Amino acid sequence: MAERTLRGTVAIVGIGETTYYRHGKSPDSEFKLALQAIVRACEDAGISPHDVDGFASYGGDRSDGPRLAAALGVKALRFSNMFWGGGGGGVCGAVGNAGAAVATGMADCVIAFRSLAQGQYARYGRGAPVATVGGEQSFTVPYGLMSPAQMFAMKVTRFMATHGINDSALRAISLACYHHAQNNPNAVMKGRPLTPEGYDASRWIIEPHFHLYDCCQENDGAAAVVVVPADRARDYKNTPAYLLACGQGGDHRSAAPVHNMPDYPGSHFKALAPRMYDMAKLSPAEIDIVQCYENFTGGVLMSLVEHGLVKAEEANEVLTPENLKAPLGSMPLNTSGGNLAECYMHGLELVIEAVRQIRGTAINQSKKRDTAIVIGGPMVTPVSSLILGSEASL
Amino acid sequence: MSTTYLPKGLAAPTAAPDGLSQPFWDGTRQGKLMIQKCRGCGAHQWGPEWICHRCHSFDLDWAEVKGRGRIYSYEKPHHPVHPALVGHGPYIIVLVELDGVNVRMLGNLLGDPAQTVELGAEVEAVFEPHDDADPPYTLVQWKRV
Repeated sequence: MAERTLRGTVAIVGIGETTYYRHGKSPDSEFKLALQAIVRACEDAGISPHDVDGFASYGGDRSDGPRLAAALGVKALRFSNMFWGGGGGGVCGAVGNAGAAVATGMADCVIAFRSLAQGQYARYGRGAPVATVGGEQSFTVPYGLMSPAQMFAMKVTRFMATHGINDSALRAISLACYHHAQNNPNAVMKGRPLTPEGYDASRWIIEPHFHLYDCCQENDGAAAVVVVPADRARDYKNTPAYLLACGQGGDHRSAAPVHNMPDYPGSHFKALAPRMYDMAKLSPAEIDIVQCYENFTGGVLMSLVEHGLVKAEEANEVLTPENLKAPLGSMPLNTSGGNLAECYMHGLELVIEAVRQIRGTAINQSKKRDTAIVIGGPMVTPVSSLILGSEASL
Repeated sequence: MSTTYLPKGLAAPTAAPDGLSQPFWDGTRQGKLMIQKCRGCGAHQWGPEWICHRCHSFDLDWAEVKGRGRIYSYEKPHHPVHPALVGHGPYIIVLVELDGVNVRMLGNLLGDPAQTVELGAEVEAVFEPHDDADPPYTLVQWKRV
């Protein structure tokens, strides 16, 4: 039986982003933002949107595939796919699903995208003003536990205490993201640099590990990538970034109700990460560039550990601003600013930045650029990750 | 008029719409801590579910457990995300590992929000009635032993 793999079978040949806005500041509707990002991704690839034949998204995106297909005049819609789960856990999964559709011949040219205008709909970081709650929420909301930060803070508390990790590791992640954003004209936090003193002095969102600057922004915008078969990837305008692997899902009972997942202090990548590296035929040491979804810096920390990129017992020494900054750091992280400082585009901005790094066109370009990992939505479930590579990596 | 740890105005818990957790909420009104116990394999399970994840029996009973355990993790939210909490200041949420039944439960840690919280510290359940809520309900809270 032939090896079952996505490795090298599909490539990202187009990337598109809207202007990124603070939440509530987009002059355009959420659906129009989606269309703008998709049209730009097609322009980048050098194709007509008429030739797109599929859409994959996640996080309950409101811009559904059939409506997009009609608005863009898609000739035939062959793939229309939603990844279960809230937040950005599905970002890499959506790209992987697009890749699976293309690799198996279900479709030829699939857009993976996210459009989000929180200012026009409910914000993630606000509890809903309702009179009663049932189900899982009945065991959390009455205790003042309702925002994503509040849902995940105790995982970080336990992990940091178990492994003796200092807040300086979390601060380094935040400082690296803000540092990279200062060169990025589309970063919402450009012009608002962060210093160690500024981080330390920032207010608590949640003690003991969530300062203001440990938490992502809430934004308006859209982003999209074009996924095509690898054997046609060199026919497009720009250098392709090949999909080497994608992993998605969760650990054993990671969705167990009321904080009863067996592996509580974690980000839910333990099962998928080894399988993904196997598919990519790479080890963590062979990854050049890391884009890791920051809902909260504690989630980045746990994700890096679960992907074998940092050992928990070495986190205090390895996670320093110098090591995480491009171009000279040992592990450049979130080189466009990420969810913290570029835009909370539910991580799709991280996929796009990974493609730019592989192409060699990033603003904060890493010297080594043959392999890039993207890690999506730590601590939610399901989560997903992917690895992209240059032609040389195949 | 009962006193409560957090200000009034947060949503009231109910077993609606599927009724799955009704025995828990009925229990707290009577000062009893009830969790699911499988008649198939005898294991306790929390939160409530329609099936036992171990043996796949649908025959799930409810059993009273002793409200004692240890603090497994905690958080102290400062930033209010609900109108009822604006201006209230920080409060403590704990995740408690119950003694002997291999489940964790949530609640607030009663007492001074400025207190130091130690992982592993022993706690016991305190029933906090909200008699004037609509519908009335009783929360399980935790205090240091």
